[in-house]
Amino acid sequence: MAKAIIDETKCKGCGLCVAACPRKILVLSPDKINSKGYRPAQVVDQSKCTGCASCAIMCPDVAITVER
Amino acid sequence: MAVVFQKPQALLDVPFTYCPGCTHGIIHRLVAETIDELGIEGHTVGVAPVGCSVMNYNFFACDMVQAPHGRAPAVATGLKRAIPENIVFTYQGDGDLAAIGTAETVHAAVRGENITVVFVNNAIYGMTGGQMAPTSLPNQVTQTTPYGRDTSYSGHPIRVCEMLATLEGTALAQRVSVDNVKNVQNAKKAIKKAFTYQIEKRGFSIVEVLSTCPTNWGLDAQESLQWLRDNMIPYYPLGVYKDVGGTTK
Amino acid sequence: MAKVLMKGNEALAEAAIMAGCRHFFGYPITPQTELAAYMAKKMPKIGGVYLQAESEIAAINMVLGASAAGKRAMTSSSSPGISLKSEGISYIAGSDLPAVIVNVQRGGPGLGGIQPSQADYWQATRATGHGDFHLMVYAPSTVQEMTDLVALAFDNADKYRMPVMILSDGMLGQMMEPVELKTANATDCPIEKPWAACGHRNSRPHNVINSLYLTPQALEELVKKRYEKYEVIKKEEQMADEYLTDDADIILVAYGASSRICRTAVNTARKEGIKAGLIRPITLWPYPAKYIEKHIAHAKAFLCVEMSMGQMVDDVRLCVNGRKPVAFYGRTGGIIPAPDEVLNEIRKLTGGVK
Repeated sequence: MAKAIIDETKCKGCGLCVAACPRKILVLSPDKINSKGYRPAQVVDQSKCTGCASCAIMCPDVAITVER
Repeated sequence: MAVVFQKPQALLDVPFTYCPGCTHGIIHRLVAETIDELGIEGHTVGVAPVGCSVMNYNFFACDMVQAPHGRAPAVATGLKRAIPENIVFTYQGDGDLAAIGTAETVHAAVRGENITVVFVNNAIYGMTGGQMAPTSLPNQVTQTTPYGRDTSYSGHPIRVCEMLATLEGTALAQRVSVDNVKNVQNAKKAIKKAFTYQIEKRGFSIVEVLSTCPTNWGLDAQESLQWLRDNMIPYYPLGVYKDVGGTTK
Repeated sequence: MAKVLMKGNEALAEAAIMAGCRHFFGYPITPQTELAAYMAKKMPKIGGVYLQAESEIAAINMVLGASAAGKRAMTSSSSPGISLKSEGISYIAGSDLPAVIVNVQRGGPGLGGIQPSQADYWQATRATGHGDFHLMVYAPSTVQEMTDLVALAFDNADKYRMPVMILSDGMLGQMMEPVELKTANATDCPIEKPWAACGHRNSRPHNVINSLYLTPQALEELVKKRYEKYEVIKKEEQMADEYLTDDADIILVAYGASSRICRTAVNTARKEGIKAGLIRPITLWPYPAKYIEKHIAHAKAFLCVEMSMGQMVDDVRLCVNGRKPVAFYGRTGGIIPAPDEVLNEIRKLTGGVK
């Protein structure tokens, strides 16, 4: 059981985490826009998260915390 | 569950002012993680450049000094000579370090100044809107090379690590990239080594980090990483160019 | 302390060390080089730092760094080198950092010459770099004063958190005179600098030394605050020396090396029965306006004498403000005016020579 927690207020929707996730469980929100005006990344299937932190390692805004 | 990844302490809780997908943020985090892991925040002083990362004094939790364009290594020299037990690093872009600040960079290395330089090379002037940098590639289109960089007219890109590796005072000159997870992890190791060398008083250490500029390259974040891989790495090969404590490439 | 015979540049260097300066960053240029050479010899023996930079630009930025760390730091140069330092001086002023910069002036513009000059007055008092700011500028006229003023320069740089310049010239730098050095400061950091970027030691929030303010309102507010400080300095720090001014009809105004010539000319004029006197500004910024003001009523004319084409005369005219005639005499290019030349100008003002 692992968890990627995305601080949506910090996310700029660049999508680098989406591309970096080996389990392909991240997407840019199709319907949400954050206070900065970006579509924040979100986890679609937390149960598949392995806590590898690839998303966080590639996040240029240090918006992701990973628990495992 | 335990936290396995979080914002390092040496980064203040201030949102970065960089464009979406700009890898400055990754490099900031690597520097901050290094400061955390070495436990040196209290006696570290960073020097901010002029360029996109000019306001990094708002992000790093250690004491910070903002330097005139290109002069960060000279400012760092003053800081280090004043209090040698402090850890002093500069964080500079390619225009700052390799054009206007070439003399300061080269001579800090010549002196073996015991400082650490984090050099972010994205082959363009970002903050001013995408002009030719000293590291812009041959034929690269920028605002000031609208027909592509003609090397017979505008000169050739400068390979900083290769140049500094020829100098006695350089202890570490290594080029890394942050285009994928593995390379980010390698970049972290290099940055940590550079800081460690300063703690060990080995002299001048520089880590050149190949980085992106999605906004001025006119690409999205992911395409930018691919452009870096396809164009920058072949011209600026990753590797260790000088390492007094290890093998030289 | 007993008097010793010292060269101006070396006496200034020794006085800086006594004032607690342990960080000197230099670059060779005539006619200030003895100053750097003295530091190079002395600093290693007292645990200080002398470092020869790769350029004047690097040297002033090393000063910026050492000063940011909380240390008393200094650099010296001569005219063309000060132009190069202008960028750093502007940043030092914009970052509210103390620093002492010595300009041993030579002839200009361009590479100019290497003989004494006072042609950097405008640069020192008006525009040592871009932006709204001032330096405090001290103008010594003797070797003794070069030593006294450097101590004051360090104290005021720290007190007001701003760059201070010693505006000397090749004549004072190179000449030897007896000098009495004052007692040394016990420490290289005589006042608390809680703002310094010296490492927070996990005991305070981080300090930032910076001159960038992207919000116009914030920048204006800061510059205005700095100008309030400048007003205090204008009130508190004006310095000038007066010689035979009380009853003078013709008041000469001259600083530094040219003031020495003027003093001789004043003496000769007095022998001829001309009531001449001399105001010698010691601070060029703040300009010692109050010393001129008190003589406007009785003076018949002012004569500003400089080793330039006429720069400080602007300030004399601003002070006199049309109330009395202000004449100018100057030599430039590295030529020191002779007392007779100045005397002749005094005579002209009395109507003695047609």
